[in-house]
Amino acid sequence: MAKLFAVTIVVIAILSAIPIVRNTWHPMEDISTHGQAIDDQLSETMWEAGISFLASQIILAWFIWRFSGTKLGEKTKNFPGGAAGLVAAAFILVGLEVFALGIFGVKAWANIYFTQPAANAMPVQVQSGQFAFYFRYPGPDGKFGPLHPDLINEANQNIFGLDPDHDPESKDDIVTAEMAIPVNREVRLLMHAKDVSHSFYVPALRIHQDFVPGLDLQLHFTATKVGRYEIVCSQLCGLGHYNMRAYLSVLSQEDFDSWLKKQATLQ
Amino acid sequence: MKKQLLFKAMLALSAALILSVAWMVSQRSVKAAPPSESSITGTVKLEGTPPHQRPIDMSKEPACAAVHKANPVTTENVVVGTDGGLKNVVVYLSEGWSGPETAVSSTPNWEQHGCQYIPHVMGLDVNEHFKVINSDPTSHNIHPMPKPGGPNHEWNKSQPAGAPPIDTSWPAEEVAIHVKCNIHPWMSGYMVVVKGPYGVSDDSGSFKVDGVPPGNYTLTAWQETYGAQTQKVTVAAGKPATANFTFKAK
Repeated sequence: MAKLFAVTIVVIAILSAIPIVRNTWHPMEDISTHGQAIDDQLSETMWEAGISFLASQIILAWFIWRFSGTKLGEKTKNFPGGAAGLVAAAFILVGLEVFALGIFGVKAWANIYFTQPAANAMPVQVQSGQFAFYFRYPGPDGKFGPLHPDLINEANQNIFGLDPDHDPESKDDIVTAEMAIPVNREVRLLMHAKDVSHSFYVPALRIHQDFVPGLDLQLHFTATKVGRYEIVCSQLCGLGHYNMRAYLSVLSQEDFDSWLKKQATLQ
Repeated sequence: MKKQLLFKAMLALSAALILSVAWMVSQRSVKAAPPSESSITGTVKLEGTPPHQRPIDMSKEPACAAVHKANPVTTENVVVGTDGGLKNVVVYLSEGWSGPETAVSSTPNWEQHGCQYIPHVMGLDVNEHFKVINSDPTSHNIHPMPKPGGPNHEWNKSQPAGAPPIDTSWPAEEVAIHVKCNIHPWMSGYMVVVKGPYGVSDDSGSFKVDGVPPGNYTLTAWQETYGAQTQKVTVAAGKPATANFTFKAK
């Protein structure tokens, strides 16, 4: 019975490892310039965890098999150093593994958060609010007008709380419900939340950033492939969270310019 | 001779009997005089250029965006028809009404269709029932926002696609209750709760307030952007009265 159990453990371990090794469920194609490091990190994590998983299951199964017929009272071998030794070994082994992942992962993190955006990065602002994302482009003057939260009136489509009558920089701002960016052009995303916490998640772009109410956050990235992608809110924000999304279009520079012109007429 | 006299007498008596019975039958049901209810009709106009209505982008809800593909939608804060007629103005008797608070017997529908409220503005009587319907393939969360601390209580209810109508009413007058959808930020409408008869102006700005007995009244016209205007109106028995309103665009 115990031997059967040991065999079952090994079979389950190997069967679960097969689809992972064969990359059956792979992440979306990466269309960003910084995403490779993230994908590598994910890969390394899976390898390290996978090997440890298989090793531990096989060792467990071997012990069950080896000692399954043992009579009560028979002496078993002790791990060198006893319990203390075992704990120390586990500590060192697991600690090294986690430490290694941390070191490899620093580069992936730093690429996104510890580098400055290029001077000519295109600024786009995104405001998250229950339950939609809205975007703002600075318009021909290149400047974002000030925000007045007390003027926010969604029934009048004044999403950001702009006051173009008194703020000249707001006059040419373009507010949209969809985001579009030119391909191969660095984008500087300015983020803030109108109410509670949300998150900006575009899987293909390897961008995943929480909005924290009260904080003005920035991200920069470059998209390398034209297409239409979904931006989903991935931080539970209320009863409409499941429906909170927007669409990101990565367009050629020409298509982007005409898109922006059209949006300007819809203000 | 006797026979002839008898015959004549019997004829006269029968005639008298028939006539009296006929008279009695005619007196059987004496109805009261019919109420001389009348109506107030008129037109609401906007003077000047209406403010620009911004287009609404519903791309986050593809099912609703598809409904409006051929006819793009805009905000409806000021809707002006041909000849300057102002739509969605609620006209009601703010003074002089002494009849029941609930003067209408219909149960109007407040419909969520294409991620918009239809109608955009609805008149209601106190305690008049209305039905909230969701005819979209997506969930809505209807959220009326009456004055905080007032007799009408704020509520919000989720209504998934295909859910049964929500049947409810308002217990008190309020001009007006703003309604929004918690899931779709662009949805906006108003419920105007009054006592007695009311009318809502249509595409050409025309309105009709029915069921107004003769008397002196103050008529109020309310529009969501321009507020309220009043007029004194006298309604004579059986004769419809007319009242026109003009709002000025700022």
